[in-house]
Amino acid sequence: MTEMVTILLAAILTNNFVLVQFLGICPFLGVSKKLDSAFGMSCAVIFVMLLATAATWPIQQLLDNFGLGYMQTIVFILVIASLVQLVEIALKKYIPALHKSLGVFLPLITTNCAVLGVCVMNIDEAYGFGQSMINSLGAGLGFMLAMIIFAGVRQRTENNNYLQCFKGIPATLIAASIVSLSFMGFSGVIEGIFG
Amino acid sequence: MEFVYSLLLLGAVALVAGIILTIAAKFMAVPVDPNQIKVRECLPGANCGACGFAGCDDYAGAVAADPSVPVNACVPGGAAVAEAIAAALGREAGDEADPLVARVACRGTCDKKKKVSAYTGFRSCKMAAQTTKAGNACQFGCIGFGDCVAACKFGAMDIIDGVAVVNRSKCVGCGACANACPQNLITIAKASSRVFVGCSSEDKGADTRKVCEAGCIACGKCVKTCKFDAISIVDNHAVIDPEKCKNCGMCAKECPMHIIQVVPRNFTK
Repeated sequence: MTEMVTILLAAILTNNFVLVQFLGICPFLGVSKKLDSAFGMSCAVIFVMLLATAATWPIQQLLDNFGLGYMQTIVFILVIASLVQLVEIALKKYIPALHKSLGVFLPLITTNCAVLGVCVMNIDEAYGFGQSMINSLGAGLGFMLAMIIFAGVRQRTENNNYLQCFKGIPATLIAASIVSLSFMGFSGVIEGIFG
Repeated sequence: MEFVYSLLLLGAVALVAGIILTIAAKFMAVPVDPNQIKVRECLPGANCGACGFAGCDDYAGAVAADPSVPVNACVPGGAAVAEAIAAALGREAGDEADPLVARVACRGTCDKKKKVSAYTGFRSCKMAAQTTKAGNACQFGCIGFGDCVAACKFGAMDIIDGVAVVNRSKCVGCGACANACPQNLITIAKASSRVFVGCSSEDKGADTRKVCEAGCIACGKCVKTCKFDAISIVDNHAVIDPEKCKNCGMCAKECPMHIIQVVPRNFTK
């Protein structure tokens, strides 16, 4: 139990995918302008991460059996992309309301590096299936946390007056680096509590 | 020959995924009205909601399904889009939807308006409006934190020198800024009416004069000047009736505070 909590908290805080490992920066910078779209995107990411892990973990076992472990990356990309497409088709048919709210974001994250990253990392850490799912959930929640924090930060920076040359992307990148710096403060916290 | 296995594996995975997706697309296809797709292709895709529907897809569906929905409801698209939709559906384009633009009834730039206190709170008009109006002496003027700029999806709003300014060449008249303005300074009007009053202060003339150099003091000079009875004083500021106004601009010349705005003719879209 403690192990699961450790994995979850570590994935959210100390190993935050966006702010510590710098994966999934594209949606982090692209969709964090407004809080509601940031939230929608994060929900889609959590959903896809869990789904992708559930699909890729057994596939990796299969690959290892045939001694084709080195094909991991390309097979995972293929599987995740088609899986998300399948989910999108199914959602459109059976749950139109959910498709409407998630639909815009689903194609955006089919080949997102954070989604692929969490799948590969689960294998590298030699997690079991349950641990992998917990790690993916944590990674997704961490992504959501980063998105929501940054959406707030961005709204404040955009409403401020500062030098014209910093307006837009430069200010956003500087803000992102400072938020990321703040997450460095979590390093060692989880080990300190549970270790 | 090791690489053959990897090629086979990848090919097999791709084949299986392809077959599954094809079957899924076949069995779970959602029938879409072909007319809706045609209409959707004509629309600009800004999802501004000016047509009264929840985005372009929604409007396309409504137009395709219901002949009573007008084809010219798309404000950003204007006549060109109305004609395109009419052609796609085989319907009459009808009259062009009147181009609409937003305008801001405040000209209290930083050098003209008086500040009575410092404001260090959250830089949001909505929040400042509930407290000290960002320290402005005038309780009715533009706060200038740009809630309207954030609301505008077309980049047509700017805060220039502390006051919101509409870029008429970009504005499509969707009204998002008017909804966002907590001071209710922004109105949506036909682009053809080019004269409007740049103040909405409800203070008495003498009080307005104390707090802003660009405030309507309700002197009534414009009312007397107007030959068409288009101007009246309501709530201590001049109001122009667009139905009667002939855009002659005489009132703007008479206004002692220079707050009646005349948009040049070539800016009327």
